[in-house]
Parts: sequence; structure tokens; C-alpha cells
Amino acid sequence: MSRPAQLRRGPKWLLGANATLVYLFFYAPIALLVLYSFSDDNLVGRWGGFTLDWYRAFGQNDEVQGALSVSIRVAILSTLISVVLGTMAALSLERYRFRGSRIFDALLYLPIIVPDVTMAVMMLLFFTQFLNVLDAVFGIQMTKGFTTVTLSHIAFSISFVSIVVRARLAGMSADLEEAAQDLYASRWQAFRFVTLPLITPGVVGGALLALTLSLDDVVITQFVSGPGSTTLPVYVFGLIRRGVSPLINAVSVIMLAISIVLVVASLVVQRARGGEPA
Amino acid sequence: MADAVAAVEIRGVTKRFDEVVAVDDVDLTIADGEFFAMLGPSGCGKTTTLRMIAGLEFPTQGSLRIFGEEVGTLPPNKRPVNTVFQNYALFPHMTVLDNVSFGLRMSGVNKTEARQRAGEMIELVQLDGMAARKPNQLSGGQQQRVALARALVNKPKVLLLDEPLGALDLKLRQEMQTELKSLQRELGVSFVFVTHDQEEALTMSDRIAVMDQGKLLQVGSAEDLYARPASRFVADFIGQTNLIEATVADNNTIVLQNGQRLRAPSPHAAGTAVAMSLRPETIQVGARGSVPAVHEATSLEGVISSASYLGHSMVYEVSIDWIDLEVRTPMVLSEERFAPGSEVAVWWDRRSDWLVAE
Ligand SMILES: Nc1ncnc2c1ncn2[C@@H]1O[C@H](COP(=O)(O)OP(=O)(O)OP(=O)(O)O)[C@@H](O)[C@H]1O
Ligand SMILES: [Mg+2]
Repeated sequence: MSRPAQLRRGPKWLLGANATLVYLFFYAPIALLVLYSFSDDNLVGRWGGFTLDWYRAFGQNDEVQGALSVSIRVAILSTLISVVLGTMAALSLERYRFRGSRIFDALLYLPIIVPDVTMAVMMLLFFTQFLNVLDAVFGIQMTKGFTTVTLSHIAFSISFVSIVVRARLAGMSADLEEAAQDLYASRWQAFRFVTLPLITPGVVGGALLALTLSLDDVVITQFVSGPGSTTLPVYVFGLIRRGVSPLINAVSVIMLAISIVLVVASLVVQRARGGEPA
Repeated sequence: MADAVAAVEIRGVTKRFDEVVAVDDVDLTIADGEFFAMLGPSGCGKTTTLRMIAGLEFPTQGSLRIFGEEVGTLPPNKRPVNTVFQNYALFPHMTVLDNVSFGLRMSGVNKTEARQRAGEMIELVQLDGMAARKPNQLSGGQQQRVALARALVNKPKVLLLDEPLGALDLKLRQEMQTELKSLQRELGVSFVFVTHDQEEALTMSDRIAVMDQGKLLQVGSAEDLYARPASRFVADFIGQTNLIEATVADNNTIVLQNGQRLRAPSPHAAGTAVAMSLRPETIQVGARGSVPAVHEATSLEGVISSASYLGHSMVYEVSIDWIDLEVRTPMVLSEERFAPGSEVAVWWDRRSDWLVAE
């Protein structure tokens, strides 16, 4: 009896060690980042005693503040729009068969598999041409900036939102909407009182995903942003190239904190609403 | 008005889904207050017909009236009918009370009154005390009742039920059959009830429609369908029967495939190919030569090929040259029993056979 138990001890120990290593691998850099963001030394990786100077600098640096504000505005706007469009795409694909819906379906997921750099180049090319046309045909002078950044964030977020919403819709029988209409609900009322409440966890999940993606994006944003429309991640990326200051530690910690809050919020929402069978 | 206006009147309705003809040129009239069943094998178009009455599907062709009003392409929320869906389709995020009051709220009844009426309906279907529960906290039978209450609270002129008892176990199903029937009588609403359980259809309904492959084959009372089927399909589908192929010789005689002549009055012209439907329980079996003289012209000779004892009856397979007949005789102790291999004669009363030409 005792022999198998002993045999099992080896693998068990290994698994434990493995888990520890993995977590160490994940969290050691985070711990270091947080630690050094409080370090009173001009070199990024040297401990020089505790200070809040970098956070103070973060608060006082206009460039950082500007980038943060751009990031937040882009994130909120692109999330709102992509949630509406993504949810509508999900509804039409899941509930209606129309000519070409298969192709539309496949094309919708393209932005997820296309590498960021490719997407970025495509966007850059597109906006350059588009702005030229706008200038040539309508005489509207526009440069790359806030609008182009927001548009490109919407472009890649829609796919993610619609995937999350569709997963939720697929688990929800179309009978329910028919039942609502049979009970004198108009199409809008059926959507408002039956479909929407049931897909809300998916919509909120999709929104948080879109928010996170927008706040995180560097590659695409860098290609399509212009002066005055630098987002926080792009700004940090730029800082690194110019020579690192521990300020980026503080900025990174703040970005990390925002991401963690969003992830936790999304988990809480899914937990709270996801318990209901669809 | 000489004729009462029909609850549902379907004229020449066809429904096509691309290539599939789900419902094929159906004519059907359902009377006010009638318990009407639709019966047929899987895929014959029962659900599609029901969905067209509900407005969840629009006919490709034909006319559909509800209490005289043409509803062809009227959306479901504009029709005075409600549906009990096969899987109930209760709203999972709402309580029983909210589910039941949904229809009233959507048709503009204020919240207080809607809740009060919903409460009364919940009591009527014996779900008192469960109003605050969510559907997933109810048993299958209770969910069934919620679905029923949710539809009936709107006082529909026609209630459509798509295999409403299909998901329940046998005992609960029988209970619900009785309840549904008495509820229908009490409310006087037309019920259109889809099922593929023929016993359910036969016991509950005033009239039954039998469908096959999108076509409506026959409409009639349980007795009409059982004793006077209009086609081979209906004869075979409703209950069990023996179908014997024959040709009409004259208006009183048919000729079997082996040339034997049997007495069978027939409205069909001489030469028509027909099938004689003989219910197993209407056939008698006895020793050769024991056929009563009055049944001489409605008898055949054969050999018992199998005999099984079912407690209340004996079931024999009698093989007659080219066909096998199933015979079901009640167990009467004094009566003779036959072992396989016995040479026997079978006969029947001349009123118990029935000829079908289709
Ligand atoms: N939306 C649809 N698209 C294509 N074909 C359909 C659709 N709905 C039904 N059909 C087809 O129409 C025919 C009739 O279907 P229907 O659901 O009315 O059958 P049913 O009698 O209710 O069968 P069951 O007893 O299995 O429920 C079937 O051949 C089915 O495949
Ligand atoms: Mg069906």
C-alpha cells in the first residue's frame, strides 16, 4: 500500500516545484518593477532608498499626463463604438442567415489572426490614401491623429467583442426571442427585455476586453498616431528609446494597476451574471 | 350568422424552405373551442404548420385566417394566439411571476394589474408559492405549468402547443393530459396540440389531423380515423392493422392476390386496387370447418406461425399463403388455444373490415 504512495511523492514534488517556478517567472518581474518604481536612484535597476518622486514626476509631467489622457479617451471612445458594432455583428451572424453571411463571418475574424505589424502597415497605408482622397475630393485637410488612432482601435476591437458576444448568444436558444414575440413583444422589446439581459455578461466582457486591448496597444497606434495623439504605451516605448528613466517604472506600474482592475472587474461581472443558464 | 366563424382557417397553404416543401397545400379548419390535435411522423410538417399559425413562419402560398381575419404575414406579436413551446422557452433571467406577466406587460397592461392577473393564473396552474422562483429552480412538470400559465394569462383565442408533454415522464404526462383537457374545457379556448404520441392524440382531442410529408391526409374524430381511415398510411399509422392487398371485383366482392374472393362492400369501381384494413382485435380464430355460416364469405384459412400469451389476450401470427395476419383474441378461459403449426381458419364480421384505395 505504501509503495505507490511513495512513488507518487516524486512527481508531486516536481509538480509543486514547477508551479512555484512558473509563478516566480510570472511575478518576479512584476515585483521588481513595483519595487524599483519606489527607488530613489536615477538608474532604472539600482536601489537607492524609498521615494515617491517618480509618482510625483508622473503627476507633474505634462507629456505623460497628455499621453494618459489620450489613452483614456481613445480607449473609452473606441470601446463604446466597437461594443455596439461588435454586438450587432454578433447578433446578425448568430440569428440571421443572409447572402454572404459565411464570408462575412470569416472576414470578421481576420483582425485576430493578422499580425499586429501587418495590421499596422495596412492601417497606415489606408489612412494615408484616405486622407489624400479626403483632401483631393472634399478639400478637407486632416492629419493622422486622435481620429485615426481611435478608428484603428475600433477596427481590431470589433472582432474580439463579437467573438465574446457570440459565444454568449450561441448558448441562448432563439426560442426565447420567438417566445417573447409570441407574447406580444415587438422585435425591439424582445431584444431589450430578453436578448440583451441574457447577453449582457458577454457584452460587458467584450467591452472590458476592448478597453484592455486599446490601452495596451503599441504597434498599431504607433503607425497611425500623429503629433499630440501619443498614447501612454507609445510614450513609454519612446522613453525607452531615448534613454531609460525610472519614471517609466512608475508609469508601467500605473498601467499594470489599471489592467489588473479591468481584468478583475471582468471576472467579477462574468461570475455574477454567468451563473444563469442562457 | 349561420356558421360560427372558425378559430383557424387554412386554405391552400404551402411552406417551402428552399428545396424542402415542409407543408404542402394544406386545407384545415379548426372550430372555436375545439381541442384539435396534429399527428404525424417526425418531419411531416406539424411544427411548421403551428409556427405559421403563430406567425413565427410565413406561408409561401395560401391563406390563413384567425377568427375571420387574414393574418398571412402579420408578425407574431399582432396575433391573438399564444404558444407553449416544446422546450417551454421560459425566460431564465426572470422569476415565474415576471415570466407569466410578460405578455400582459407587453400588451400595455399596467404593472399592478399584470402582476395580479399573473398571480391568479399561477394559482390556477397550482404553482402557488413559486412565483418568486427562477425557472431553473423548478422541476420539468412545474416549468411546463409556467409555460402554460404564461400563454393562457393573455386569454388567447387560440392556444398552440408543440409537443408540450414530450419532455415529461409517463406518469406526469398522463396527469398533465387530464389537467390540460379540463383546463381547455373550463376556458373554452381552442387548443391546437402537436404530438407524435397517437394515444395522447386519440384520448385528448375532439378532432385529429394526420399529416405525412407535408400533406394533410385526413381530419376526423378518433373513431373516424380508427374505424374509417382514408388511406393505407392512416390505417397503418393509427393503431395496428393488417393490410391485405386486393382488387375490387364488383360492389360487393374483392379478389385477393391468390384469386380468392371475399365479401366486402366497396364504393370503388371494379378493377380498383385496394387494401383491406383488418384490425387484429376484430379477427377471430378457430379450427378449420368451424367458421360460422354467416362469416363464410369473410374468412380465410391459414397456419398459426406464432402464438404469444399477453395475459389479457393471445396474439397469433397466422400465415396465409402470401401474407401474415396478426390476430389478437381476448383470453377467455373456455376458449381453445392454438399452438404454432395448427391449421386454422380466421374470420371477421363483415362490418369490421375497411377498404382503402390510396
Ligand atoms: N427553418 C427551416 N429550414 C429548412 N427546413 C426546415 C426548417 N424548418 C423545418 N424544415 C423542414 O421542414 C420539414 C417539416 O419540419 P417540421 O419541423 O414542421 O416537422 P415536425 O412534423 O414538427 O417534426 P417533429 O415531429 O420531428 O417535430 C422537415 O423536413 C424539416 O427538415
Ligand atoms: Mg416538431
